[in-house]
Amino acid sequence: MRICRLGGWLLAGTAGAALLSLAVIPTPAQAPAAYKALKTKDGKPNLNGIWQANNEANWDIRPHAAYAGPVYTLGAAYSTPAGLGVVDGGELPYKPEAAAKQKDNFTNRLKLDPEIKCYMGGVPRSTYMPYPFQIVQGTGTIMFVYEYAGAVRVINMGAPTKAPADSWMGWSNGHWEGESLVVDVTSLNDSTWFDRAGNWHSDALHVIERYTAIGPDALQYEATIDDPKVFTRQWKMGMPLYRRLEKNAQILEYKCVEFAEEVLYGHLRKQPLQGKGDSK
Amino acid sequence: MRRQLLSTLIALVAVVLLVSAPVVAQTGAQASVTAKPAPAAKAWTMPRTPDGKPDLQGVYSNATTIPVARPANLGAKEFYDSEADKAATAAAAAGGRGGRGGAARPAAAADPEGNGLAVHYDTSQFGLGGPTVKRAASLRTSIITGPEGRVPAVLPEVAKAAQDRRAYQQAHQWDSAQNRPLAERCITWGFEGPPMMPVGYNSTLEIVQGQGYVGIVQEMIHDTRIIPTDGRPHGPAEIKRWMGDSVGHWEGDTLVVETVNYNPLVVIQGQQVSDAAKVTERFTRVDADTITYQFTVDDPKVWVKPFSGEYNMVHIDGGLYEYACHEGNYGMANNLSGARATEKK
Repeated sequence: MRICRLGGWLLAGTAGAALLSLAVIPTPAQAPAAYKALKTKDGKPNLNGIWQANNEANWDIRPHAAYAGPVYTLGAAYSTPAGLGVVDGGELPYKPEAAAKQKDNFTNRLKLDPEIKCYMGGVPRSTYMPYPFQIVQGTGTIMFVYEYAGAVRVINMGAPTKAPADSWMGWSNGHWEGESLVVDVTSLNDSTWFDRAGNWHSDALHVIERYTAIGPDALQYEATIDDPKVFTRQWKMGMPLYRRLEKNAQILEYKCVEFAEEVLYGHLRKQPLQGKGDSK
Repeated sequence: MRRQLLSTLIALVAVVLLVSAPVVAQTGAQASVTAKPAPAAKAWTMPRTPDGKPDLQGVYSNATTIPVARPANLGAKEFYDSEADKAATAAAAAGGRGGRGGAARPAAAADPEGNGLAVHYDTSQFGLGGPTVKRAASLRTSIITGPEGRVPAVLPEVAKAAQDRRAYQQAHQWDSAQNRPLAERCITWGFEGPPMMPVGYNSTLEIVQGQGYVGIVQEMIHDTRIIPTDGRPHGPAEIKRWMGDSVGHWEGDTLVVETVNYNPLVVIQGQQVSDAAKVTERFTRVDADTITYQFTVDDPKVWVKPFSGEYNMVHIDGGLYEYACHEGNYGMANNLSGARATEKK
């Protein structure tokens, strides 16, 4: 087995370098091998903490220049900052009809974006929404609590289990691969998006996430996205996640239902609100 | 669908309250018994997390048939003598009603909305009757402890304010989503607490312990508590929260959690709390399957005195379902459009 794997590496690698590296155990390509995480008392990489992405992926996971927001009265405060994108290779491998739907989603985003409606962000979007999330690392389970919409998932670290039903946050089975927490997320519904630009997926979405410490206060996040109904091939996104270092950092409540009710149910009011767009 | 569930829930709660409503305050009764009847002695040692704390982790049910308030005919009796005593007493209190579910079934969901349906949902489907869910064994007569076994009276001015609010709410109940109860809006069910109270269904929670934190997910609208146990103080009083602002510490093998800074719209046991509300909870794992959960609610601006309660949570297999309450809240739009249609008639 070991011989076979070494053989594979030998074949795959450029000859000279691979030969030299045979002296040490090869590490998976994804793991930045240099850093070893601090360990929990039971010897696992310690991922406990409050984390947050610091990028523009929630506006658009692809590379994009800055552009005006969808509500002109909000001006420069709520427009879209430029971003380098988080997708490996930049473009998303949409099937033609799926690419058309993304454009339609974007055009109608004020009506369609699930974030506007305070719906749970799903995976992977919850990871890089502009709100912190907390990892509470238990022994048989690991809890991920997201500030946005109070979304939560508990990752099963035991023998993999099967989802009882599709859901917004999916069904997460995890395991350790060396320094990385690897989470297999299935049974996600088709109602979440990847970003505010209308990049979307179907209920065939399967996400494999890797969380790897790259320093005491940063994790590398990588998600492999597979959705054969929407994309022509698998693709990957990746980004660092940063520890919230404030001494009193904590997940606060963002129970956003209140903020979305006027959007969702305002047309059913007895008396219309005074002043369009006011939120009282 | 949601609305029906809600109505049933309200009916169940109402039944529980009604059963014990005409209670005469018992005074001078025996001191409250806090020890639970001794379980069969078995060798059991407290399991511990890698950092040495009692291991509370796992999935638990807090489903129970114990009413919040003690049935009137039980006076100051805090525990039944036996399961047989419990069954006989409950049957008597239910006016001899027998049938499926027996004593475990709340007396009746008797047509709360006058729509001809005697029962919206069979309580056996809620895990209240029958063997549908594992429940912690208990001979308690009420969740509220002490000789009175009920939530104390509220201050007169609080009762008056609540009455005025109710009158306004009734007159405007269908005006907009914001006029609907918090539970119907999927903001909070009022049972997630703290104190966490059993509900008619989805009475399931999962506890995860990480370094310096205890996390508790409640299946009911996926409300999640993250309780720091690292000695930090409460957050700023300006930040009021729907689930309050909890900090915890360990007292021996008991997790003690104190919660303040409630959002002023939070309701505990039917009353909106004040900025003085403080809830103290104690979680103690007492055997392989059971956590004893105790709480004290103190809000001197609302109730004439503090009150305490206790129940057992029992370990169950399996994970939690995702209760995407808001995301699936079709009832809200349906109710409001129904109200608008009615006005046009």
